[in-house]
Amino acid sequence: MKRRIGSQIMASILVNAIYAMINYPIILLNTLLAPLAILAVVTFASHGTLLPVAVTGALIMNMVSSGTSIQQDLSHLKNDMRLQDMIVSSPTTSTIYIVGMAISEIVYSIPTIAFLIVLHFIFVKTTILGGFIIFLALATTFTFSVSLGFFLSTFTSDIIQSWGFSGIISPLLTTIPPVYYPITYIPYPYRYLSYLSPTTYASEIVQSQTGVFHLGFQNFVISWVVLISITVVLGYLAVRRSRWREV
Amino acid sequence: MRIATHGLTKIYDKKYQALDQLTFNVDLNGIFSVIGRNGAGKTTLIRILSTELLPTSGTAFVNNLDVVKDATALRNEIAVVPQEARPLPWLTPLQTVSSYLMWRGYSYRESKERSKDALRSLGLENLEKVKNRKLSGGQKRKLMVATVIASEAPIIFLDEPTTGLDYVSRKEMWEILSRLKKDRLIILTTHYLEEAEILGDRIMILDKGKLADIGSIDELRSKIKFPYVLRIMSDNVDINEDGVEIKRVSNRQTLVYGTASKIYNLVPYLVTNKIKFTVEQASLGNIFEQYVGEEDGGDKNEKEDW
Repeated sequence: MKRRIGSQIMASILVNAIYAMINYPIILLNTLLAPLAILAVVTFASHGTLLPVAVTGALIMNMVSSGTSIQQDLSHLKNDMRLQDMIVSSPTTSTIYIVGMAISEIVYSIPTIAFLIVLHFIFVKTTILGGFIIFLALATTFTFSVSLGFFLSTFTSDIIQSWGFSGIISPLLTTIPPVYYPITYIPYPYRYLSYLSPTTYASEIVQSQTGVFHLGFQNFVISWVVLISITVVLGYLAVRRSRWREV
Repeated sequence: MRIATHGLTKIYDKKYQALDQLTFNVDLNGIFSVIGRNGAGKTTLIRILSTELLPTSGTAFVNNLDVVKDATALRNEIAVVPQEARPLPWLTPLQTVSSYLMWRGYSYRESKERSKDALRSLGLENLEKVKNRKLSGGQKRKLMVATVIASEAPIIFLDEPTTGLDYVSRKEMWEILSRLKKDRLIILTTHYLEEAEILGDRIMILDKGKLADIGSIDELRSKIKFPYVLRIMSDNVDINEDGVEIKRVSNRQTLVYGTASKIYNLVPYLVTNKIKFTVEQASLGNIFEQYVGEEDGGDKNEKEDW
């Protein structure tokens, strides 16, 4: 029979996002709450001055949480439901499965992304080129987050361990680093520590396009080089270390 | 269809040996039952044959396809329900089956049609839109079987598909598998020897990762020392017959294992003393005990239920 790759990718999207949303509509609010809660706190605490930064921060957080969610989902489907064993023994390849699951994480976040984009158009001033750069930075953030999530999923043997990883990743990549606020708010020497997080570079790029933070051309290039390098390294690790077929 | 292995060995974490130089070559049709104690290597064998797990050494072929080198081609031929596989609770049975078919490459429309047919064939059509979490244990196991039979795969691996089911549900599953075996090869592992005996056209006995034997129930029975069982409805009998094995069981019965002639020699004594008895062929349970032994403990290498 003719195998349709589109169907194989769509199966992951249906199972991990669309059917879940249809059967349990409450989860539509799920991804919305975390970024909006921090956005609200930052906005109120800054008397509205940091609203544009918080909106872009919420978008970055959403990309990170969408990407790293793949870690919990893959771990749950593999270890608790044994679904991955069925897929391994089917004509679906690991690449098709992962691409489908990654897209499903974005689909799952569509309500949040849509809401944040509306806020972005209303409150964030940027050029068309700036909007394109923000899009690229968000896409890169999502890519390294998916790679990180997939890489970590290969080390988890049950959902409790998986939750442990998530509990560490989320604050380290989105809450503590200057994602919801400009890096200039961090005093030296602590500012250097923030550069340990790849989201700091994504935030600098995004914030520089919204006018709240000036990033020189040289630093702009460095931020991109670091962000892309981290993405490549994590992608390589995810591919090299991932165990589709067990040994 | 043929399954063959040569020197197939699996060692987990460099110390737990699940399969030890397993070599066999067998032509199959219908249902192939794989039995063995906990840790005998049943699940490991199934996982290697179904391309889920890489062997440590040795080779294995399913339908003349190498499970390592030809895994991609083989995956078009097989469908698997792993041990402990469960339907995702947030899906419905229709969504469960159709999404699996889409992973196999069917279109959305085709997968829906085939799924409905498969659910209907297993009597699950009234439940196709109920959430899986509301299904009973038996319905969930049936659904997992429906998932693979909806596919076109001619070879189906079922790893302990009836574990945890009550007797009635198991019998329902047996009927389903008996229907299914007419046009597919089913490779089945089970802890229920009665199930393996009823369903298995050929039976493989694994013991501590090694092949104890393989064949039909009659072939296995013909190779054991005591192919007949005399069941005496009394625990107070005086039997002095050489070449038999006597076991008293708790419910006031005595079992005597022996050959047909040895058992026949005891009949006059029982008739004369008006002691009720039956004579049976050795069951798979009896055969299994004679191959594997009855001592408790399983495999010392046991890591989990391999």
